[in-house]
Parts: sequence; structure tokens; C-alpha cells
Amino acid sequence: MVTEPTIATQKIWLILEQVSDPEVPVLTITDLGIVRDVRPLPASPERGGEPGYEIVITPTYTGCPAMDMIAMNIKLALIENGYHKIKITSVLAPAWTTDWMSEDGKKKLKEYGIAPPYSRSGDRSDLVINCPQCNSSNTKCISEFGSTACKALYQCNDCKEPFDYFKCH
Amino acid sequence: MQESESSKTEKNTFSSGSLQLPPRQARPDDLVGRGFREAYILHLADTNLILAQRNAEWCGHGPVLEQDIAITNISLDLLGQSRNFYQYAATLINASKIQEDLKAPSPKGEGVGGEVTEDSLAYLRPERAFKNCLLAEQPNGDWGQTILRQFFFSAYQFLLYQKLQTSNDEQLAAIAAKALKEVTYHLRWSSEWVVRLGDGTEESHQRMIKAIDELWRYTGELFIAVDYEVAAGFDISLLKDDWLKKVTAVFEEATLPVPEKVFMQTGGKSGVHTEHLGFILAEMQYLQRAYPNAEW
Repeated sequence: MVTEPTIATQKIWLILEQVSDPEVPVLTITDLGIVRDVRPLPASPERGGEPGYEIVITPTYTGCPAMDMIAMNIKLALIENGYHKIKITSVLAPAWTTDWMSEDGKKKLKEYGIAPPYSRSGDRSDLVINCPQCNSSNTKCISEFGSTACKALYQCNDCKEPFDYFKCH
Repeated sequence: MQESESSKTEKNTFSSGSLQLPPRQARPDDLVGRGFREAYILHLADTNLILAQRNAEWCGHGPVLEQDIAITNISLDLLGQSRNFYQYAATLINASKIQEDLKAPSPKGEGVGGEVTEDSLAYLRPERAFKNCLLAEQPNGDWGQTILRQFFFSAYQFLLYQKLQTSNDEQLAAIAAKALKEVTYHLRWSSEWVVRLGDGTEESHQRMIKAIDELWRYTGELFIAVDYEVAAGFDISLLKDDWLKKVTAVFEEATLPVPEKVFMQTGGKSGVHTEHLGFILAEMQYLQRAYPNAEW
């Protein structure tokens, strides 16, 4: 359930759009769909009588070691912008999917040299993946697992360049 | 270790000394009170943790770099899943007042009674308290044996999580639904490797036959329910047919024989382990026990 945005929460969303992912720094956490909601919190004694905000995030993969760092980076970015009463909540459901990745994010990935998830989650990932360098569809999967949990390793048979593919998930 | 051994029967059922005797037939709303739900979640956590630890032993030793990365990626997924289960178990245990024996023994030697955490559950419980399946703790052997262990387990876990994601326990369902996506990769990857090795060279084929001999006897336990699984209200034995179908299909493609009747080892889920688990724990828990509360 996403909270109806207000002018105040939209300001927070704009700050979150600047926080990059530690492992794929070309993407921001909003590109990835990691931020699920921003909710205003009422003033309470635990926040020193001040109102605050709750940021709801979800991990990409269960074992993603970047989550703690992402939570910290969110806090830092908000503190820099004068928001001190921040609560970060991590939720598991609904499970994260690459379907939530922004079109802008996919474009940035490709420019960065990572083939973006090509279709909806649930489809087989051994279909044709285009080389992010030369666009050739003549590529092969070297390994279903890559340098991070979210990527597979491919190689282009034409330009011979090995590349990462951000798996459909 | 001794302490837990002597009161093993008591602990396996997590029964309470202070409450009335539990009813014979557990109802879902009794589960938390009787400790079955905690035990069940710990079982899921332990199995994931131990297999993650085993797979991580390959780090830097894989046959080729890509597969070294693959098996450690799988390890990381399993570790992440075990963390979710431990965190959930810790929340339940801390909220209930009856599992004194599970409360973290204070590292400063002040006895039990503190709040448990995912770390204390993983690092400070003795061998007999671990409820992982025997399959998970079996040694890596060669690459073929590691592959086969992962395949047997992923085929089982895939079916299990499909069921768990529909559980009326929302947290359990959420963990399972998320993990299922990861297990789908593990199953595909390990299936392909079983075929590659089984239908590979004479040498790789023979090694897979040997791996089947080593591991088949630990697969029966996956489908034989213990008390906390019975209490969970879902008949785990119902997964066996689908599991066998999957294994048979992959083995056929891999030109490997499906064993006929084999005696099945059990015990892991109730804390009675093969000799291997103690060694894993000795290594895994050493740091926390030697340097209590050490953190990264």
C-alpha cells in the first residue's frame, strides 16, 4: 500500500532519487524500485516530540549485502537535507522484481555496459540478450551467476566483449 | 553440549514447564505457545545456514572462476534466507516467555535469559539444538557431490517454498515468496550441472554414481515429518512424489540411475546429527565463542 504523495513526501522522494545503489552505482535506489513508500509520522515522544518520516525499502535479493549500506545512505542523504527524524523499515512482501525498474534506469544500465532485464519477470532468462556494446544478439551465457546476486555473466560472440546482464527477477 | 543432551527430549518439543500440558492435537493458535512455530522456523533457518556454510567452503576453490562465483552466490542467497528466518524466530522467541532454554546464554557467563538475536541463534546454540536436515551438513566431497547435494536440496526447497508462500503466517509466506525466485535459479543451475556431469565423461559419470551412493540415504528425511512439522499442519510427505518426478526426469537426461529401496537416515531435524555437524559448528562458531560479541 503506497501512501498518497503530498508536497512534503514528494520532497523526500526527490532526495531519495539522488541516492545511488552501492553495487551498481549508475542506478539510484528509486530506479531499482527499492524504495516502496514514504510515510509521514506524527509527532511523538520517541522522536523528541517532532514529526518524522518512515522510508519503506525492500531488498532486491534476500542475501543482498548492500541493504545495510543503502539504509545508511538514505539516512545520510536525508540528514544532509535537514530531515533528522527518520525511520527506515524493510519489508519483504511483495517480493522485489525487476519489473519495478524504471525505463530511465534500464537506459542508464545499458549505457554503463550492463544489459538491462529484457522482459517481465518469470520469463526464461536464456532467451536472446543483446550485447550492450554492439547490440549484437549473437551472445552466450557464460554463467547464470555474476559479480553480484542480481547479475549473470554473458559474452558477445561478435565483439567478443564479456558483459553483465541484469537478470529478470 | 552435555546440558543440552541430557534434556534433549524436553527441548526437542520446546515444551514449557510453566504452562499446562499441551493438547495432543495442536491447533494453529497453539503453535506459538507450544514452541512448535519457533522450532519449525529454526529448522528452516538452520538448514539454510548449514548448507550456506558448506557451499561457502568452495570460495576460492571452485573448479573454474565462474562456478566458484556461482556456488558462493547460492551460498549468499541461502545465508540471506537463513537470516530472515532467524530474525523472525528471534522475534517470536523474545515475545514468548516460555523458551528460557533458548534465550541467549550471556557471553559474559551470566547464564541464560537475555534477548536472542539472529546471531545468538546461529553462533551460540550447540549441535543438538540445530534442526537442519542431514543432507545439508554432508561434506562437499568433489564438485559432483556438491552439485548433487544442491540439486536434491533445491528440488525439495522449490516445492517447499511454493507451499510456504501460501501459508497463513504472513511473515513466513513473505520470506518464502521472495526466496522462491532465488531457488528457481539454484534448481536450474544444479539440474544443468547434474546433466553435464552425469552425461559427461566416463570419469564424471562414475563420480556422480558415487555421489548418489553417498547422498541418496539423506533424502528420505526431507519428507518425514517431525513434531513441529506435523504441528505446522502441512503434510511434508506430500512433496515427495513431485520431488521424485523432478529427480527422475533430470537423472534420465543425465543417464544416471534412480536408486531403488535404500535405508534412509533420519534425525537431523530433531537434533541428532551425523558426525560432520560438530566440525562445521566448531569452525563457524569459533570466533563468537572465543571473542564474545565481536562484530565486523
